[in-house]
Amino acid sequence: MTSTDQDLVCVSNLTKRFGDLEVLKGIDFSVRAGEVVVIVGPSGSGKTTLLRSLNFLEMPTSGSVSVCGVEAVFEGGKCISPHAARLFRDIRSKTAMVFQSFNLFPHMTALQNVIEGLVSVKNVKRPEAADEGKRLLTLMGLMDKIDVYPSRLSGGQKQRVAIARSLAMKPEVMLFDEPTSALDPELRGEVLAVMRDIAKSGTTMIVVTHEMQFARDIADQVVFMDNGVIVETNPPERFFGASENMRVRAFLNGIA
Amino acid sequence: MDLFLRALPLFAMALPITLFLGTSSFIFGSVLGMLVALMRLSGVTLLRWGAFAYVSIFRGTPLLVQILLVYFGLPRLGIVLNPLASAILALTLFSASYLSENFRSGILAVEKGQWEAAATLGMSRIKTFTRIIMPQALRIATPTVGSRLIALMKDTSLASTVTVVELTRVAEQVGAASFRYLDMFLMAGVIYWTINQLLTVLQMIIEDRLSRHM
Ligand SMILES: Nc1ncnc2c1ncn2[C@@H]1O[C@H](COP(=O)(O)OP(=O)(O)OP(=O)(O)O)[C@@H](O)[C@H]1O
Ligand SMILES: [Mg+2]
Repeated sequence: MTSTDQDLVCVSNLTKRFGDLEVLKGIDFSVRAGEVVVIVGPSGSGKTTLLRSLNFLEMPTSGSVSVCGVEAVFEGGKCISPHAARLFRDIRSKTAMVFQSFNLFPHMTALQNVIEGLVSVKNVKRPEAADEGKRLLTLMGLMDKIDVYPSRLSGGQKQRVAIARSLAMKPEVMLFDEPTSALDPELRGEVLAVMRDIAKSGTTMIVVTHEMQFARDIADQVVFMDNGVIVETNPPERFFGASENMRVRAFLNGIA
Repeated sequence: MDLFLRALPLFAMALPITLFLGTSSFIFGSVLGMLVALMRLSGVTLLRWGAFAYVSIFRGTPLLVQILLVYFGLPRLGIVLNPLASAILALTLFSASYLSENFRSGILAVEKGQWEAAATLGMSRIKTFTRIIMPQALRIATPTVGSRLIALMKDTSLASTVTVVELTRVAEQVGAASFRYLDMFLMAGVIYWTINQLLTVLQMIIEDRLSRHM
């Protein structure tokens, strides 16, 4: 796959193995600026591993990842591009990740969580960072939770704080790994709602989810993964309406 | 009663020495222990082995032997320390070996997701450690570290063997002079116990404060 100017994220021939287990078997995929890409597929198909390879929480075994023109090439489980450490930091600063299990910092209030990156990575002055943090938490509907510690928040509130923490870094692309899977069904809506808002604002997003209705509504492209490969990439109307692929059909029937 | 009154000022003079021995070697031991813990967790094989050997030696030999080796051994290498300094050095080396293990298990008990969240924000390893991991690791380690401080307070009594005039030494001296060993060691015991009850309360307060938001 060749990278075009509009590609914000471009992954080519990416493989990842854990010991003898090959989890990603040559992934090619790209995301254009402003696009919302939703990745779906059966459990164990490699969705999380792919997402975590984009910001090097997992080190790819081979292939390349490029974000905003910054490319890291891997071979034999190592990055062979020069200045790998700086490349990783560079790409991480352009991406932000929202985790299934929130991973909020438990010793910090909601506001402190949101501004931590601004203060300790971007060296923004605390009062300025606090203004921005309050603005984001208000946007998430959490203005009354600014000084509350994570242990006092519901799952849905925690995830919205985590989303605000990611947004604060003004990333070029937001990565979401099943952001609603750890939530009770009645709390999912509030998180999906803020994600819809973010998508509408033109933010580039890559979302792994099992929420098919959500995928249908906000995806520009749906990527279907199975067994370490991308089986199909299509706009949602095509994907949900008329996919001819047997595995896709079986997956969608299984879920419905 | 008479003897008790005569011994009191001596105990009063020895108490600060005991407290000083305990707190200073706890503070130095914590710094050294944290260093050893980080070495043990580092990616550099040589550092890991160094830390492993350190813990193995200082945790695997009796404190009394360490104190005597420092006091009688270092002068042979041309390093002459007074009794108090020798005792503090030995207590520091000894407590660091235990404290490093307490810190290490605290650090390892912090969820992997915390490192990952910090990494995705672009935080450096040092920032991640000091701002995210350390505060949580210390909270987790507080109970065991507190126990170590209490044990250390009692261990200071071994400094009496190298002539440091702390509580146990005073009890011994007054006991020898008056032939009232039992009374004097009872008194020393009560003082140690009181110190450690206060430390226990302090530990409970700290634990409570640290776990308020967890
Ligand atoms: N750290 C690891 N060590 C070994 N195997 C791993 C590791 N992480 C993931 N795997 C394996 O890789 C495969 C893909 O896992 P991955 O988490 O990417 O799947 P997924 O598509 O996200 O699944 P789910 O929908 O259940 O989240 C699985 O077989 C999993 O057991
Ligand atoms: Mg997953």
